[in-house]
Amino acid sequence: MSKKNLIVIGNGMVGHHFLEQFAASDAAGRFDITVFGEEKQLAYDRVHLSEYFTGSTHADLAMGTAEWYAEQGIELRLNEQVTEIDRENKVVSTPQGTYHYDELVLATGSYPFVPPIEGREHPACFVYRTLEDLDAIRASAQEGKTGVVVGGGLLGLEAANALKSLGLDAHVVEFAPRLMPVQLDDDGGAVLRHKIEELGVQVHTEKATTAIIKGEEARLRMNFSDDSHLETDLIVFSAGIRPQDTLARQCGLDIGERGGIVIDNQCATSDPHIHAIGECALWNQRIFGLVAPGYTMARTLSSALNEDKDAAFTGADMSTKLKLLGVDVGSIGDAHGQTPGARNIRYNDEQAGHYRRMVVSSDGKKLLGAILVGDNSYYDTLLQYALNGIDLPENAESLILPESQGGAPALGPDALPETASICSCHNVTKGDICGAIDAGCTDLGGVKGETKASTGCGGCAALLKNVVDSELEKRGVEVSKDICEHFPYSRQELFHLVQVNGIRSFRSLIRQHGKGHGCDICKPAVGSILATCWNDHILASDHVPLQDTNDTFMANMQKNGTYSIVPRVPGGEITPDKLIVLGQVAKEYDLYTKITGGQRVDLFGATLSQLPEIWEKLIAAGFETGHAYGKSLRTVKSCVGSTWCRYGVQDSVGMAIHLENRYKGLRAPHKIKLAVSGCTRECAEAQSKDIGVIATDKGWNLYVCGNGGMRPRHADLFATDLSDEELIRTIDRVLMFYVRTADRLQRTSVWMENLEGGLDYLKQVVLEDSLGIGEELEQHMEEIVGTYQCEWKTAVEDPEKRKRFREFVNAPEKKDPVQEWTTERDQRRPVLESA
Amino acid sequence: MKARTRWDVVCSVSDLVPDSGVAVWTEDGPVAVFYVPDRLPALFAISHTDPFSGSNVLARGITGDLKGEPVVASPLYKQHFSLRSGQCLEDESVKVTVYPVLLDGDQIRLQVPVAQAEVAA
Repeated sequence: MSKKNLIVIGNGMVGHHFLEQFAASDAAGRFDITVFGEEKQLAYDRVHLSEYFTGSTHADLAMGTAEWYAEQGIELRLNEQVTEIDRENKVVSTPQGTYHYDELVLATGSYPFVPPIEGREHPACFVYRTLEDLDAIRASAQEGKTGVVVGGGLLGLEAANALKSLGLDAHVVEFAPRLMPVQLDDDGGAVLRHKIEELGVQVHTEKATTAIIKGEEARLRMNFSDDSHLETDLIVFSAGIRPQDTLARQCGLDIGERGGIVIDNQCATSDPHIHAIGECALWNQRIFGLVAPGYTMARTLSSALNEDKDAAFTGADMSTKLKLLGVDVGSIGDAHGQTPGARNIRYNDEQAGHYRRMVVSSDGKKLLGAILVGDNSYYDTLLQYALNGIDLPENAESLILPESQGGAPALGPDALPETASICSCHNVTKGDICGAIDAGCTDLGGVKGETKASTGCGGCAALLKNVVDSELEKRGVEVSKDICEHFPYSRQELFHLVQVNGIRSFRSLIRQHGKGHGCDICKPAVGSILATCWNDHILASDHVPLQDTNDTFMANMQKNGTYSIVPRVPGGEITPDKLIVLGQVAKEYDLYTKITGGQRVDLFGATLSQLPEIWEKLIAAGFETGHAYGKSLRTVKSCVGSTWCRYGVQDSVGMAIHLENRYKGLRAPHKIKLAVSGCTRECAEAQSKDIGVIATDKGWNLYVCGNGGMRPRHADLFATDLSDEELIRTIDRVLMFYVRTADRLQRTSVWMENLEGGLDYLKQVVLEDSLGIGEELEQHMEEIVGTYQCEWKTAVEDPEKRKRFREFVNAPEKKDPVQEWTTERDQRRPVLESA
Repeated sequence: MKARTRWDVVCSVSDLVPDSGVAVWTEDGPVAVFYVPDRLPALFAISHTDPFSGSNVLARGITGDLKGEPVVASPLYKQHFSLRSGQCLEDESVKVTVYPVLLDGDQIRLQVPVAQAEVAA
């Protein structure tokens, strides 16, 4: 049986989502699929369009890849506009040819509405819809100082944000008396306006533009109906969308009075072989201008084409939660209280710029809608009340009051029914999440992978985490991020408390932010944080009680209570003289001697009181501490590199020594290991390190977040062909970001896997500086490098510190009686006793 | 039954480290003395010997409290011992010896069971 032809017109977010769904379904095998896109690019994320001006590229915004289409056997015809549909012969035409279809899907989306204003054709007038539009706006902005957005709705404010990020003085001109007239009321609009004006965007409401003419000071002048005017260098129209139904009109499909292709519950048009989804479709007299309902239509159609009799689109919730110019805005259900008998509860804090309104049913039992401006942390709870018809608590107002004024804690995930929709983009319910956990998912990442929840717009991330945490907890899986019983904070949160409040001791931290006296979990963690923040000597008396014995005595305790000593040997390069000193010291104190995996020498069996004596001798010979005891940089392993090796392309030893000297002493949540290989043969095994550097003939390739040990992980390629300076700057940022944000005892690999957005996010932060903290991270690292001291040198020179190394404070000559020794392979080792 | 006891001076205040321990040698063997300035009493003394490894290391553990009980964590395998009773929190069957301790001027005195000490020696 030959395959049928399925043609999709339109390659936007909804069209792409449909193909994703359909390609994974059984029916996919019965169709040859062709998709036409009018734009040059593959479907991309229009919701985050303004990020195109802050560093994102098409590749970042793209929904899929050409490879994916090829793998699915989908013929992708971009930059090819369908000009005609011939329903009689079931053929579509483009300038390039004609194509037969058996089933046709219209996912043509919408086009921006441009009000019929005289002068709107001026070349400095734009719309805000496609990447091409944005390229044109960017080019025009280079010559201008001021930009105006016509339209103060959701997209208009997004566009204003985009103009602002292009460095223009941004204005918003709105016809209605307030911003976001569809989603907000007057009070909410006023709060939003105030906040946005504070951010430097000027807002003009109740302005009807009558004409656009040549300006005197700027390129253009906008004349308003109240005889005022505004000069600007460019204008962006964002006054709403209209369904793109031209093809459907021309071939005689049913069209709504005000546009839109009429569809039924199965997304079929008036022709049963033609379907329409997304913003071009009119269902029940409604156009849905949000992505989530479009996705629901896409799923419905995919099921319908798989002959699923139950598939039906039955409307969609139009609640929205956004951050516009950094200001939280939320609108839920019947936000304007149009339900008969509806009553309102309002909270308005003009000082803080917070406005919240609940619309409740006449009996006060159900939440019908809500408006939020300034703080969306109330959104998830309110949405769940509204969507699931949960009875409101007695003091319903507590749901929008700040906690300090008796506000209720957020609705616990337990209160949600199994049918509660958690992720509306992918239609994931609480029941689906429980199912995934019962099927073996044990963390957030696993649940996301299994259900796709929170992988669409991401708006439900916090709610999803709460549900997952709560369900895991119910099943006895420990998920608390609290570091221990003394602090209700994670390590990262403690780091911020210490840094922001300038806290310099454990005692003041626990007094201000914790309870009790601390323990062996929080004390070392705080010790490490204090060391990173202020880089004081770890034997400063305040810090001594915080350290694990290894950190306190700057050596590694072994099973019989003695210590091992590892002097630093940067890059594994050592002179014969220094090697001889190591041998002499080991011989004098009868220390068991072993070469480590990190290209240095470990000396075992020193008693507490011998440590300072031994270090005096090592320091005199030019050694420094190797920090083998610390959660800090251990070694930078290297191969011999281009100075000797006939294959080497860079001086790997030189770079390794440079890196080791730069980062030695850096305190971190866990140990850090580096390696530098002089060529692609990778003899230093850099790809198994937290930071791995491999020489290329043009510079260095950087790998991050690998490790050996219990759970080995190959490092990921992070950046290529870096110069020496670029390499160091990048490593500075990666390490400092890790030190600041990782949890206690979290190695770089686990840290990176747990970052929302993983490697890509880390790249954005470090390489593209998406958080704007790059310089701060470098500067912090520079301070730590600048204040480095060899802890052992400081300790042996200070009699007070040396006192700590007395085995028995009242009997300096007394030898520890339990240390018994024997000889094996010509070296001393402890007698092994099972205690 | 203890034959007799004695309050021995084991060290002075200047030997102590706040919120930490030091080891002293007594006739009863090695003892760990802890000084926790925020508590009353502020001095504790338990055996220095970690019963799980047999090594003399407990004074080098980290002090703190768990559910209000003052504890030290063994630096080797991290079990917690009550500074008041010597009880191991992770293993009911394990307990270390506790010694009465007091501050006398700037001297620290320990009450050591001499008879036992003689047997041990």
